[in-house]
Amino acid sequence: MNILEINDLSKVFNLHILNNKKLEALKSINLTVAEGEIIGLTGKSGSGKSSLMKCIYRTYLASGGQINYKSINGMVDLVTASDHEVIELRKNEITYCSQFLSVIPRVSAVDVVCENLFKVNADKEAARYKAKGMLQQLGFPAELWDAFPVTFSGGEQQRINVARAIITSPRFLLIDEPTASLDPKTKDIVVDMLLDLKKHGTSILCISHDEYTIEKLVDRRINLHLGEILNLN
Amino acid sequence: MSNTEDNWLLKVNNLTKIYGDYTENSIKNTGPKFNSNICPETGSIVACADINFELYPGEVLGIVGESGSGKSTVVKLLYFDMEQSLGSAFLKPHLDGLSNILEESNQKKRWIRNYLMGMVYQNPRDGLNFKFSSGGNIAEKLIMGGNFHVGNIRNRATDLLEKTEVPVLRMDDKPASFSGGMQQRVQISKAIANNPPLLFLDEVTTGLDVSVQAKVLDLIRELQQDLGIAMIVVSHDLSVIRMLTDRTIVMKNGRIVERGLTDQILQDPQHKYSQLLVSSLL
Repeated sequence: MNILEINDLSKVFNLHILNNKKLEALKSINLTVAEGEIIGLTGKSGSGKSSLMKCIYRTYLASGGQINYKSINGMVDLVTASDHEVIELRKNEITYCSQFLSVIPRVSAVDVVCENLFKVNADKEAARYKAKGMLQQLGFPAELWDAFPVTFSGGEQQRINVARAIITSPRFLLIDEPTASLDPKTKDIVVDMLLDLKKHGTSILCISHDEYTIEKLVDRRINLHLGEILNLN
Repeated sequence: MSNTEDNWLLKVNNLTKIYGDYTENSIKNTGPKFNSNICPETGSIVACADINFELYPGEVLGIVGESGSGKSTVVKLLYFDMEQSLGSAFLKPHLDGLSNILEESNQKKRWIRNYLMGMVYQNPRDGLNFKFSSGGNIAEKLIMGGNFHVGNIRNRATDLLEKTEVPVLRMDDKPASFSGGMQQRVQISKAIANNPPLLFLDEVTTGLDVSVQAKVLDLIRELQQDLGIAMIVVSHDLSVIRMLTDRTIVMKNGRIVERGLTDQILQDPQHKYSQLLVSSLL
């Protein structure tokens, strides 16, 4: 069963403020993701990997085509779904983990990781307990749990970002470069955590430039070039 | 996936405010297309027109736009601070959302304002009575909301001041002697005194220095998270909008030119004006 079916998706940026310049980011993308499948999205910088993810998450509005997502409550076309439908799906099913951590300042590491659990009104103490467990697993010493992630190093921020994205065990995870600035040992921990999610049924679309991560993590690889899918193997 | 459709808290239809005499053409001949909100025939000012949106319980909606785009007008109309020219608004907790609140009697409007809404203005002088103590200001709202027991009122005021981190010892001081940030927090205490399901915030951080801004924003976020109050946040500051809101409406010349998820508005704005706004401020 497929959780996601993308048909003929295109994205053109219409830049009114640059003399109506048009930038074609994605051309006629067709892609399916099966339930519990991990797909690796590869390709050079600027090939459209992040654009594709953002179209699925609806941070970008697609210019054409369909993104049919099989939600718990039935099929939804993420291109045309209402904003409120998308908000509900983001809250309950689809999580996006961006390349760089963007957090609300002055919130502790534990509470940043809990953010998505708080949104669904989970019990606060139980959520924090779970978050601390994940931080420990990811190698954070306890004295950092209450610190503000804005002050953390690149690799630490990345781990916070991953923990925040997977704490709810989403049905569908979009994850951008989860291991880019991690040491080999932490890379393995993150990859294992993602594989563990898969075991529990999560489907994952993962962007990575890291051959090692792709090798260990993904079931199938999709290569993008200038906004088009090059090969399907 | 249509189970979310009828779940609104506030529904606004065709809300319009025009100063001066107007004809049918006043709305037709103004707006972003003409880059003007002055009617060429009558000279009337179209402050806002054709405003339609729905707000869901617990949701935070941002309204952005340049000065004079009509964003404050929208919330002032909804809070009955001024009278609309056209349009209607429905609030679910009032008669199950079947009655247009903008056409209610003044007495009913007062009730709605005190029980179902709160407002925080940019200038604390608009929301607070500077002749009363800070506790007295909160008491005023509580009394309007039907609380008459002095002990209970004082207890609730104490709770609210603690929640908003205003020193309780200063409950009997007048807000005139407070700093800007503290005044703003007293105003927020007053606005949420009766646990309203809906809160309007009109440029609440404008003019405060950054550390005080941060405290006010943190407080608003906490209130949203802990009490689940739905909010309409009017601001020209896109970082405030990014931090607080789920969805955003972009206004220009009294009209909505774009609406969408806040991250979409900020990262993939469609309208020419939204693109200009985002590129100027990020």
